[in-house]
Amino acid sequence: MVRGRSDRIFDIFIYVVLVLVAISAILPLLYVLSISLTPYSEVLKNGGFILFPKSITFDAYKELFADSVIPKAFWVTVFVTVVGSFINMVLTILMAYPLSRRKLRGRTFFLMIVVFTMLFSGGLIPTYLVVRDTGLMNTVWSMIVPSAIWTFNLLIMKSFFESLPEELHDSARIDGAGETTALIKLVLPLSIPSIMTVSLFYMVGHWNDFFSAVLYITNKELYPLQVIVRNLLLESSNLSQQTDVTLPTVTLQMAAVISASLPIILVYPFVQKHFTKGMLIGAIKG
Amino acid sequence: MSNVSSQEQVSNLKGTITFERRFRFWKDIWRSRALYLMLLPGLIWYVIYKYLPMYGLIIAFKDYDIVGGLWNSPWSDPWNKYFLQFFNSPYFTEILGNTLLISIYKLIFGTLPPIFLAILFNECRSRWLKKWVQTISYMPHFLSWVIIYGIVIALLSETSGIVNHLLVNSGFKSIPFITSTDWFRSLLVGSDIWQNIGWGAIIYMAAMASIDNTLYEACRVDGGGRLRMIWHITLPGIQTTIVLLLILKIGHIMEGSFDQIYIMYNTQVYKVADIIDTWVYRTGLQQMNFSLASAVGLFKSLIGMILILIANRVAKIWGGSIW
Repeated sequence: MVRGRSDRIFDIFIYVVLVLVAISAILPLLYVLSISLTPYSEVLKNGGFILFPKSITFDAYKELFADSVIPKAFWVTVFVTVVGSFINMVLTILMAYPLSRRKLRGRTFFLMIVVFTMLFSGGLIPTYLVVRDTGLMNTVWSMIVPSAIWTFNLLIMKSFFESLPEELHDSARIDGAGETTALIKLVLPLSIPSIMTVSLFYMVGHWNDFFSAVLYITNKELYPLQVIVRNLLLESSNLSQQTDVTLPTVTLQMAAVISASLPIILVYPFVQKHFTKGMLIGAIKG
Repeated sequence: MSNVSSQEQVSNLKGTITFERRFRFWKDIWRSRALYLMLLPGLIWYVIYKYLPMYGLIIAFKDYDIVGGLWNSPWSDPWNKYFLQFFNSPYFTEILGNTLLISIYKLIFGTLPPIFLAILFNECRSRWLKKWVQTISYMPHFLSWVIIYGIVIALLSETSGIVNHLLVNSGFKSIPFITSTDWFRSLLVGSDIWQNIGWGAIIYMAAMASIDNTLYEACRVDGGGRLRMIWHITLPGIQTTIVLLLILKIGHIMEGSFDQIYIMYNTQVYKVADIIDTWVYRTGLQQMNFSLASAVGLFKSLIGMILILIANRVAKIWGGSIW
């Protein structure tokens, strides 16, 4: 194919802008990483500002993890993410499957119950009172149970199930399999990609969840990582004048930021395509 | 005579039909009992954690006291006491204005960048580059606001941020991005765009993928350049998607981003950053004024619902062809 010169220029323009987009997405994080790794001596020499350190040190990470606060918060977050997502998935699948069966009597009614919660909600205070009165305050369960089903994810899961051919259910019936067997033996194995997608949405949601802890947790022992990191970030903006003998607060803060985002950044590239798929289905059904 | 008996027969027949229908109805339900059992845990959850709070909204009409709780607190007098208190308070215009303004700014400045990026992806001839940039540009979407706040501090803080360092070094005055009422909304909008530009592009790219390729061929035969194709084929091809998303976003205009603002704001910028959700949180849970906070929450939920319903209706009319 013959390409004109203007075509080439157009291509180059696109490449340049795309590379700039990628850089602006990744550079801020790299900069945060570089602050967290820069030795104090080098910070002092350069008046506190370094883009690329000549030597690196893990002192900030050592100090963070030497204290018990961050490791504890880390385990709280891991627990909430793993157990929470598991409960999310069980409830979501159990509810999405019947809702995907067109012949189910009362399906429209049940769907209305579900969808209405996307339109209207009791809001912050009444929800808080219900969580309090169901005895969840200051337990890890307050970060799991009140968000046990996300209606959006439920609807994604439901439309995945709906996209399976109806003949599947016919064949299950002919073989004499009940709905439970059909779900476990036929539907779930065919839905593994979608189950991946939805559980990833839940996991990221739990990992990043900050609001539930702010609302329902006052016991510092149960603070998840996000709350601890934010408290760290606030601390320094007040105490920035205070000279820390061993490490500048900013270095510690940024080490905390990296620690809290690392799991997501490391896992993300491998699971990225699942997210995209879920997003498109959600948007079409939206 | 025969007439009567035939009528009788008909009514008998009708009776059997209704009986049979009813029988079949219960038989159907009995046959799908496994499905209903599966629904049960989820339904119970919805009732407790979604519908009970809706019922709990009655405290917006009560004088909540801790001893009486939800049930035994007395009704407020007049019934709309807390609504009046809110409407007449100086906060009313401020937090409603902030909520709407921040949403509208995000709408205005946040709509075009993902479309622009999607066009670039669509036009990119290097598959390798496209894939890499896509992967990287979606990443910020998965970072929490706490992490993004950390990045904001690293870049924009007045004491330790690199931008201010560069400004001061080049002889300019430092800018208090995080604590200045002039900059804070831009910070909210900017960080929102940074977080969502790549992710937002996905849906436009999907819309572009469904554009008929022969249109591009025809344009090429006619000697149209690539800019022309973008203008006359790509953009019209995703026009419906753009408008639909815009309408749906307008429907959600009352929902500010609580996490983002709560994490990033500070007392210096309350005046421009305090939205309904953050105000409700502070009034309800920090000052323990449950009734007033619930009244404001109810006000928000109601307006929000009306807006979403209108938006959905408009979207349905507009996009009837593809929805």
